[in-house]
Amino acid sequence: MSGFARRLGGIPWREIAGEAFSRVFLVAQAVCAVHVVNAHVCSFALVMGPSMLPAMNLAGDVVAVDLVSARLGRVASGDAVLLVSPENPRKAVVKRVVGMEGDAVTFLVDPGNSDASKTVVVPKGHVWVQGDNIYASRDSRQFGPVPYGLITGKIFCRVWPLKDFGPIDPMSAE
Amino acid sequence: MAGPWPLLRSFLRNCVAGTLVVVTVNDRYASVITVRGTSMNPTLESQQGDRALVSRLCLDARYGLSRGDVVVFRSPTEHRSLLVKRLIALPGDWIQVPAAQEIRQIPVGHCWVEGDNPDVSWDSRSYGPIPLGLMQGRVTHIVWPPNRIGPVERKMPEGRVMQR
Repeated sequence: MSGFARRLGGIPWREIAGEAFSRVFLVAQAVCAVHVVNAHVCSFALVMGPSMLPAMNLAGDVVAVDLVSARLGRVASGDAVLLVSPENPRKAVVKRVVGMEGDAVTFLVDPGNSDASKTVVVPKGHVWVQGDNIYASRDSRQFGPVPYGLITGKIFCRVWPLKDFGPIDPMSAE
Repeated sequence: MAGPWPLLRSFLRNCVAGTLVVVTVNDRYASVITVRGTSMNPTLESQQGDRALVSRLCLDARYGLSRGDVVVFRSPTEHRSLLVKRLIALPGDWIQVPAAQEIRQIPVGHCWVEGDNPDVSWDSRSYGPIPLGLMQGRVTHIVWPPNRIGPVERKMPEGRVMQR
């Protein structure tokens, strides 16, 4: 028994603890670095659903999101953006900005059935967002202009599927 | 190993590591804000230089905000500025708007915020319900100055909100 205790005492606990601590700290640093890049510089998102056809697929595209330009207020109309849905804060949606604050936006109220159109002026600090596929999109036509603060980032590049890799051009939704 | 370079390099390395950790903690767990303006008197007083601790844990998967919490959110009209107000009503609630003498329902995914000092507060009574997605955190404690250190209480106006 005393031999066992002596052997326990011989183990360099202090060095082991120091080593373990520095390793853990290194891992923590890496996790923090990933978080900072993912939350402030550039992030990826999986886009699904019919509302952005034909710019984005039905089945699911992975796109790269530029978070810096949204933070600096450089989002302009024509950009595809990732935003927090105003109807469900847990959900992020992809739409195209059609009008910035002060713009007059004309849209079809019910594109499938009638050609009645309506014009609204976007209030201060808000943007008007619409899906490219106006027949199957829930957007500003239903819930009105959204505050700019809900915009998370600007989508600038498709990453997956690889054969469609490339920039997503800003274009008008008309 | 000549000159001060190894020392300088390790110093810079520690600085970068520290910044990363601080930014992450600020984003995910808690941060400290300085209060400006008088719209939250007497709960938070900018004349005294109040600093408040903002918890961000409530923004996780299940939106853990309750009626009566003091919340921080992005201004709906100016995305660069943050506002501090009290959360009065959640989606589906009915609220009586004092000035307009009407009762309205909060739409899905929105909430109603008001300042504690109704005379000077610019809040949902002017811009209507705001999306919950603008929320940035919940004010839990006052951390400075020392004589005002303490938790921020949950409080509701009487008889104006019909909860869903």
